[in-house]
Formats: sequence, structure tokens, C-alpha cells
Amino acid sequence: SLVQRDPMLKKRDDFEDILEERRNSSDLRYALRCYAPVVYKGLCPSKAGTLKSMVLQSDQLHYVIHQVCRETGRAVDDVQEEASSILEEMAHRLQLSTVRFFAFTLSKVFKTLFRSICVNEEGIQRLQQVIQEHPVVLLPSHRSYMDFLLMSYLLYTYDLALPVIAAGMDFMGMKFVGEMLRMSGAFFIRRSFGGDKLYWAVFSEYVKTMLKNGFAPVEFFLEGTRSRTSKSLTPKLGLLNIVMDPFFKGEVFDVSLVPVSISYERILEESLYARELLGVPKPKESTSGLIKARKVLSEDYGSIHVYFGQPVSVRSLAEGRVNRCQFNLIPRHIPKKPSEDIHSFVNDSAYRLVRAQEENMVLKPWVLLASLLLQNQVSGQKRGIALDELTEQAVWLRDLSRQYGAFLHWPEHTPPSEVVSSSLSLHRGLVRISEGRLLSQAVIILSCASYRNQALHVFLRPALLASAIHTEVFNSFSFLRNMFSNEFILCPGATVQDFEEACYLLVKTGALQVTQQEVLVTERGHRTLVFLTSMLDPFLQGYQVVCRFLCEEATEALTEKQFIPAVRKFIIKHLLAGRLRYTEVLSSDLQKNSLAALLRLGAVRKIKGYVGFDHPYVPGFKQQQSMTVILQLNEEKHPLETA
Amino acid sequence: MASNSSGGSSDRQRIAQQRLRIIAGHLQRPVDGDSAILAAECKAQGSKPDTSREEKTVPRRRQEIMKWNGWGYSDSRFLFNKKGQAEFTGKRYRLSGMIIPGLKDWFECTFGASLQHKTPATPLLNSSAVQPPTLNEAFVEELKSTGIPFSQDAEDRVFRAHGHCLHEIFALREGKFGRVPDMVVWPNCHNDVVKIVELASKHNVCLIPYGGGTSVSSALECPPEETRSIVSLDTSQMNRILWVDEKNLTAHVEAGIVGQDLERLLNESGYCTGHEPDSMEFSSLGGWVATRASGMKKNIYGNIEDLVVHIKMVTPQGVIEKSCQGPRMSTGPDIHHFIMGSEGTLGVVTEVTMKIRPMPEYQKYGSVVFPNFEQGVACLREVARQRCAPASIRLMDNEQFKFGHALKPQVSSIFTSFLDGLKKFYITKFKGFDPNRLCVATLLFEGDREKVLQHEKQVYDIAAKFGGLAAGEDNGQRGYMLTFVIAYLRDLGMDYYVIGESFETSVPWDRVLDICRNVKARIVRECKERGVQFPPLSTCRVTQTYDAGACVYFYFAFNYRGLSDPVHVYEQVEHAAREEILANGGSLSHHHGVGKLRKEWMRETVSNVGMGMLKSVKDYVDPNNIFGNRNLL
Repeated sequence: SLVQRDPMLKKRDDFEDILEERRNSSDLRYALRCYAPVVYKGLCPSKAGTLKSMVLQSDQLHYVIHQVCRETGRAVDDVQEEASSILEEMAHRLQLSTVRFFAFTLSKVFKTLFRSICVNEEGIQRLQQVIQEHPVVLLPSHRSYMDFLLMSYLLYTYDLALPVIAAGMDFMGMKFVGEMLRMSGAFFIRRSFGGDKLYWAVFSEYVKTMLKNGFAPVEFFLEGTRSRTSKSLTPKLGLLNIVMDPFFKGEVFDVSLVPVSISYERILEESLYARELLGVPKPKESTSGLIKARKVLSEDYGSIHVYFGQPVSVRSLAEGRVNRCQFNLIPRHIPKKPSEDIHSFVNDSAYRLVRAQEENMVLKPWVLLASLLLQNQVSGQKRGIALDELTEQAVWLRDLSRQYGAFLHWPEHTPPSEVVSSSLSLHRGLVRISEGRLLSQAVIILSCASYRNQALHVFLRPALLASAIHTEVFNSFSFLRNMFSNEFILCPGATVQDFEEACYLLVKTGALQVTQQEVLVTERGHRTLVFLTSMLDPFLQGYQVVCRFLCEEATEALTEKQFIPAVRKFIIKHLLAGRLRYTEVLSSDLQKNSLAALLRLGAVRKIKGYVGFDHPYVPGFKQQQSMTVILQLNEEKHPLETA
Repeated sequence: MASNSSGGSSDRQRIAQQRLRIIAGHLQRPVDGDSAILAAECKAQGSKPDTSREEKTVPRRRQEIMKWNGWGYSDSRFLFNKKGQAEFTGKRYRLSGMIIPGLKDWFECTFGASLQHKTPATPLLNSSAVQPPTLNEAFVEELKSTGIPFSQDAEDRVFRAHGHCLHEIFALREGKFGRVPDMVVWPNCHNDVVKIVELASKHNVCLIPYGGGTSVSSALECPPEETRSIVSLDTSQMNRILWVDEKNLTAHVEAGIVGQDLERLLNESGYCTGHEPDSMEFSSLGGWVATRASGMKKNIYGNIEDLVVHIKMVTPQGVIEKSCQGPRMSTGPDIHHFIMGSEGTLGVVTEVTMKIRPMPEYQKYGSVVFPNFEQGVACLREVARQRCAPASIRLMDNEQFKFGHALKPQVSSIFTSFLDGLKKFYITKFKGFDPNRLCVATLLFEGDREKVLQHEKQVYDIAAKFGGLAAGEDNGQRGYMLTFVIAYLRDLGMDYYVIGESFETSVPWDRVLDICRNVKARIVRECKERGVQFPPLSTCRVTQTYDAGACVYFYFAFNYRGLSDPVHVYEQVEHAAREEILANGGSLSHHHGVGKLRKEWMRETVSNVGMGMLKSVKDYVDPNNIFGNRNLL
């Protein structure tokens, strides 16, 4: 079975550049061409209007409306009205003319911004097949605002059914654009509607109705929001639950989930994200903001790779895992909290799907360079890294990552030095500057880190092993894995599998020797292990410094709102004092994740209710054993540097 | 009841009737301690010239009239004649002796089969291939002394070793026999059965009751692990109507009688039970009770549990029966419900008192065409909601509609074919029905003429609301005929590499469409995954309506050319289809029963406690597992 797991054997499709044709033929003709996609065989043809009335007349909504009436004493008409207006606010108004408008403008924009947009056409063919067979859910990765326009653009290009897309309500703020998006298939959902039964009912019924009737493929982002760090985010389960529900309840034979990996050579929001992570507030989405973004038009953003993954059948996923009989005893329209086994099934599936996205992310040479540069930062005595040394290391890392199964796009017939210098020139904004104030430098480092993060999933498991190697290997591995499970995509319950995979890769590449009871680092493995541990070090230090902060500064209860600024202040103090090596630890993403991990591990406790943001934490860590363990484990190997 | 008087004198008739009453009176008297006398009576009666007896369908030696390796009568079968046209042989059925011109094309197109590729069955039963019987000598000796007929003949034994599951018939066609009963006994009456069960208990012999042999649940298969001598207890000779009570509208009948005889004999005196399962030509009253059978016309007459007033069953612990014939009782859990559905695991049902009804004055078939299956189901649901279902209402899906169409016999005149063409034009072109989506409901109305016509109008009015168009009596009648010949058709398929089967379930109304779609799709997918080279026929129909749900029947068949173990593939697909049924809220069985084929799902169907209840009943009633067919539990 080890051989089967060999990532080198992963077969991936070839890419075609769709911009090439755009550069050689009329965009107008393209936007106006005949569009006649294949449809789901079980399609019940219906207009957007009938869709709404189907939702409003559904048994589920009826049930919830009456439930709300009973509970609140409101009149049925009144609640019905509310349901109707929720739906009005939510519903898409997909219009081919708007799509054609986007097809035209986006062609222009894309040609200016990008060198190429590469798509695996075999994936497109697979998608075309499944669209006819079963209701389809498209699950793209989410790194940029661009994602969903790009998706619709591609589907239009390949004459495939246009999706309806779950979008966050914040887009609605951009008046004109919001409506445009709505007309290109977006439907809008509130960011949080925790206890609102009615909202949930309208929303879930709306999505299910579209899906069941094969009205259109449903598209949403498993990660819930754009990842600011280029690391995949832990998946959100709400929508996945909704789209799987019709299968569980036998309302459709199957649902096909299609993970789509969109990789950008340069992300449009690159520095925006870094600033956000450092606490410079996120600019509110507004039309004027978008227009200001015009300046990005003058820059070169390299290429985009879009990989349509293997469709995943919910039916096959659920085989032997979900007992669908559990829905036999209650009318199916009565909303029910998912049972334990359904919940864990949906959760596991979500992780598998995000992993599938990760695996098909195309890595550019720059990602490797960013990883190396971050490990060779200018600090104190160090003077950075010489170009030819960088090239040498890059070639080494190229080979290593290939052995680890990375989907690396390294130009085959170009000398490595050219590959390196052209990558650097595309990202000259990041590599040239090396001085300045801490914060502006941090922007660059966080930007670089976000590129390095693209490759994290390739190295993650071996890196966890490398970091655990000097203690009781498996226990430390599983501790680290557990601790970082808010940070990285680590499938729940797959510790042994991950451990074996890590061992396998390290042994295969000659870095480790595993004898009966021992794990030995080989001579030539040293370099690999250093690289791998350095990959993880910033994260370790981040978690460690958060622990330190909680021990030393947060002697009193702390509210969630106060946490980030306080920990940031603490970190800046230590950075300036030279006691911290990694500027990256300033990332609020890392800080939030570590707090979440500490909460999960019981090192920190949340007191009072859980809704809202102003409930204080009690850092009861002094009594909590696990906190001590984390500190010990971290400080043993990575003592805080003192000035 | 038929009288055996032939003279015209009313005196003689009176005397004869009195005699009959007396005989009936003898039989009626339940005497437990007196079995020797009663056994003698049985024999005496059996040897009497009895006019109705000669009309009975099922002889002791079934091979005289029935196939040993296929369905039904030896003289009735489908075949493709030299011209390549399908015809149905014999004289027994409406379709007998007719040419069916459309069948060949339908058969070849649906299955990708070809008349060139034949898979003929082994023509003769090779007795030497049958295992020699394992006899319990002491049992045989004592049985001899009772005078109850029995046989150790290989043919007799093979006939009782199977039902009509695909794998059973397939093996027979290949001349393969597994474990078969070691002997067959033919009790003549209740007391014979008491005797046999006593002897079996005494000598630890395994008894397997056999009625009509139409089981489709592997219920008649001998458990291969059974080491005791297995005796097949064939009830077919216990086939008398013992009395008819016109005041209470009940009839007391021996349990071995087959459906067609029961109806015919009752009809002679102006009555019927109205219980008409599709297998009624061959299946027996005792079998219906033991499997909880359902009849086509249950909407008027009820299912077997509604029809039964009193049951007598012989178990190793003795005879179980109620003390009176009250129409309903509150006396703890109904012991009839331990008997109904016990599938021969507790004892042998010997006599049953059943409700009877005066024969209906008027019968009328009908049919409705719907634009699609969804509309059809919605119509049936509405009919059930209004509780105005006719005696029978069934909805075929599109594939089955086409199948039914292919079975149209050659039309006698150009005019009829012109009329058919016109009808087709009207429905598809004028009304815009898609011939690949439309479906048809078949109807049967019964009652007095006026009410039937009124009822008919009510149903057609509902149908019209769901886009249904009345499509004539003929289509309706043909639909019902199909159920009687479908099993013969399977044999034809098996001559040409096509194997298939039907199975059923019951399901709440809101799940009907979903279950139909999903199970059909599952069948298609499983076939593909298991290497079946041709798309299968995967079709269904809704055959019964209830207040809270419906009975759905699936037909599934495929061309197995290129498969090394077609029966195994078939079984895997059927297994998957059953899993799909259960996952979609369907029941394990509506009326076929569990047998051995479906018993793996019993526990999840009735819960652990339910299973324990059933087991404890078995443990009490039959602690030594004399009724060792191992069905159900």
C-alpha cells in the first residue's frame, strides 16, 4: 500500500491556455456567441420566478414558518412576508446578457493582468459528463475576489452550465457591482445568522431546490472566506451539509462534488492581505474601492492555473459511513440537527475535499524561492542569500518537492538561473526592499510567507515528523499535529496515516532510516530536516509566544476583542528587543489559530456565553496541564532568544 | 359448495345436501384426542368419488402438468417461431396460441439480445444427478403405518426443493441440484398433519411445509447445513372447501387449496374471496397466510390479514387456534399475527376460515395515460387520499408501458390497427405527450353496475386533474394479463441470455417518486460497475395504494452475455437494490416475505427486541427446530 500512496504517481492532467484564443479572436464575438450548455438529465425546467415560489411553497418552509409563529405569536402572513423578503434579498437573478457583458469585459481585463489562464480540459470534460448525470456542486479554493468571476467566465468559455454562487453579503454593499454579480449568478447570504431559524430555512431550501431540480450547478467556497495566508482554511460545514442533505434523504440519487484548485502566480490582493493580518483594517468593499484598484491593471500578475479535480460522488463517500435509514422515521421536511455520524461524515468529507483542492494547486518556482528566502532573512549578522546559492538551493528544493508529490510547474527547458531570476523579477516588489520600518518589512515578509504557504501542504507531514524527531517520535508528532490542526488541513482521525506518509516520504528520499525501534537521521538527510523544521519554526514560535503572552501578560481575564491588539503589542515588544526571530508571528491569523487551538486543548477556557465578541477569557492556564506541556515542548527545542 | 347430486328430483337433492352437511359437520368438529378416527375419515373421504375433486388443478405428481425447470404449465410457454415471431403456446390463457409481433423487436432493442444467441435449458430432469435421500428409517416406518402417502422419488423431491427465485430456476435449467428434501408426504387433512408433526418431533426429522411452490424468497430452499432427514410436507391434497356459512359470509377451507380453485369453487355458488395475488393460479391459501400475502383487489376485499377469521395451525407443541369466530377481539396480542408471516418456521397451517363476498355483479377494466410518472403518482396519491381507489389501480412507468405495448397480440383487422394508430397520434401529437415519458395506470372496477360507472367517473375526474387521459379498457386488461404471463416471459428471456426478477416494497407516499428513481438508477449503476455489457431493463410500477403509502414493484432484467457468473452478478445487484430500498424508507417486503433471501436485514427491520420476541416464540413453539427451513430469523 505504500507504493500506492507514492505521491510521485499522482496523475495530473495537462493545461491549455484559454487566453491564447482571446488574444487572437474577437472578444465581442466571443461574448455574443451561441451559448447552449448541456443540462442535468433530470432537469425540471423552471424560471427564476417559479424557483422562488417553489421555495416559498415548500413543506420545509411552511413548517418553519408555523413554528416561528407558534414561538413568537406573530401572524403567519407576517412571517411569510419576512420569508419572502429574505428570499428576495438572497436570490440570484442569473441573466445571460450580464454574463455576456462580463465575458467581454473580463476578457479585456484578464488579458491585461495575466500572461495566461490555464485550465485542465480533461477536467472540463469530466465536469460536462457529471453535469448531465447528477446535480453538481463546484467547490473552488478561495484566494481572491477574482475566483468566482473567473469560475463563471471559464464555464461560459467551455459552454458549461453557469453556476449559482453563494456569496457573502458584504458584496451587497457595492451597489452596482452587487447587482451585477447577482445577475451573473451570485446569491447573497448573511455572514452570521446563528439562531435565525427562518433565515436558515429559506436559505437551505433555496439552495436545495436549485440543486435538486438541476437548475444550475451550485458553487460555494468550502473555506468560507478568502484565505489571507494562501494556506487552506479549515472547512466550514454549513453549505456542505445543505448540499449533501438531498442525497441523505433520497431526494436525489447522487450529488457530484467537484473540487477546483485555482492557483495564482501573483495574488491581486497580495499586500492587502498582509496589511490585514498586521491589523491594518480591511477596506470595506465598495465600488469606489474597486475603481481605485484600477492601478493594479498596470501590473503583471503572471498566470493563473485552474484545475478541475476528479468529481467526488457523495454516494460513494457515504457508502458504509452513513446510514440513510435514520431519516425514515421523521417527515423529511422537518428540520433536524445532523446526527453525530452525519456531522462527522460531513466534516471528514470537507477535509478530504480541501485536501483535494490543495493537491491540485499548481506551485510556481517562486513559491519555493519564497520558502528559501524566508529561511535566509537578513537579520543581525546574516546578509541574505547570494543569487547563485539561491539557485542551487532552489534546484535542490525543486527535486525534493517533486519527490513529495508537489504539483510544481518548473519550466523544463530553461536554465535554473533564468527560472530564478524571472521569478524574482515578477515579484520584485517583494524581494528588493530589505530595510525600513518593522511594519513595512513585515508586509513583505507576510506576503512572502503567503507564497511559501502554498507549498506547505506538500511538506507539512514530513515537517511535523522532522520537528518531532528528537523526542518520542510518534507521540510528539501526534501532539504537534493535534496542536496545529486549526492551522493546517489535517484530516481528523488520520494521525497514523499522516505519520506513515511522513515516514514513507522521508525514508524514500533517504533522509531517514527506520530500523525496528529507531528512527535515524542520515548524513544526507540533515539538509532536508533542517529545511523542514525551518518551515515549521515560525508557526511553533508563534504558538509559543502566544502562550508566553498568556502566562506573562494576561493575568486577568481578557476579551476576545482585546486579545489580538494585546498579543500584537507583546510580540512587537519582543521583536524589537530581538528576542523573536520570526516577523511572521505578527500575523493575526496565526494568533487567532493558536488561541483556537489552546481553547480546543483546554489550556484556555472561554467563560460565559459564546455569542458576541465581548465575552472575556479566563486564562486559567496555570492550572491547566496542557499549557505547560506546550510551553515545555516548544522551549526545549526553541528557546526564546534573548537579546 | 358444489353439490354432487345429478338427478332432478328435489328430494334426492335434499338428501344429498343433508349428507354433505353431515360430512362437513364431521370435519368441522375439532377433536384432539380422537385423531385415529379422524385420520380414517380423511382417507375414506379421499377415496370417495368427489366431483369437485376431479377439477382440482394440482395433482400429487406436479410433473404431470407443470414444468420442472420453469414457470407454470408444461403446455404454456413463449417461444420465437421459425419466422422469428414470438408466440405463446397452449390453450389456457387469453394470449395462448397468439402471435405477438412486437415482442422480438422490443426484446432485441431492450436487452441487446439476439435470437442467434441461445442458452437452452437442460431438457430432461436427470434423476441420477439428485443426491440419494437421507432417510430416518424409524420415521419412515411409523409414517407407513399411518397410511399417509409419501414418496422418495427424485423428481418429486426436486420439485419441492425450490421456489421461483432466479438463482433457483437458473440452476435447474443447468441441471444442477443442491440439497433437496429426502422425501415428500401428502397429508390429506388436518389430522394427517397432526400425525406427521408428532412423528417428526418424535424422530427429530426436519419438516418443510410446501404449498404452491411460488416462493420468491428462497423460503423453500433446504438449508445446506441441515444434517437431519428433510421431509417436504406438501399440502396440495388438502384442498377442500369444508363448509360455507352464508349467514356470516365465511368459508372454512383446507389450507392447501390453490387460489384459482378456491375462487372457481366459490364462484360456482355465487361467492368469491376476492383475494387475487398475481400468483393465484398456483399459490395456496396456507402459503398466503404464512407469508402475509396481498391480493390485487385488496382495496375492496383486503389483504390476507383482513380476510382471515380463524386459523388452525399444527405446531410441535400442538394445535394453535382461537375458540370462536368473533370478527374482532381484544384478547392480548392477536395470535394470528404470530402465524401470519411465520413462513413455515412454527408449524403448518391446515385450515382457515375466510371471509367471502357475493360475486360482483359487474367488472370493468380501464386505463389512464399520464404525461409522466410524477403526474401518475400524484394522481394515485389523490385517489388514496379521497379513499376512492377502485378494486385495483396500478401505475406502470414508461419502460413498462412500452413493455406492455410490445405484448400486444397481432390485431385481427386493419381497422383495429388504424384505430390504434389514431389513438397514438392523438396522445403523442395532439396532446403533446412525450412517448418516452408517458406512463399508464390500469384500473379494475367491481361492484354493481351503477356504482361502478359512478366510481369510474370519479376516478377519471381525478385523473384529469393530473393531466390523465382515459385510454380504454383494452390497455387496462392487457396490463393485468401481463402479471400472469410475466413469469413465462422470464423463461423465454433465459433461453436467450436474459435473466431477471421482480421484487417489491412498500413505502410512504412522500417517498414513492424518490424510491422509484433511486432504485432504478442504482440497478443501472450496479450493473455497469459489475461488468454487465448491456444496459439493463430497470423498471417499476406502483401496484397498491394505502392511506399512508404504496406498494412498489421493480422489474429488473439484463443480458448476461460476456459474464462468467451471471447469477452472482444478478444477486449482487438485487442486494444493492434492496439496500437502496431500505435507505429510501422502503420496507423489506410488502408481501413476498423474507425467507432466507432477505433475512440478513430482519434485525435492523424489527429491532433487537423485536427479533428477540420472534425468537422466543420460535423457541417456545418449536424448541427442536422441527420446522427447520430457517426462514425469517
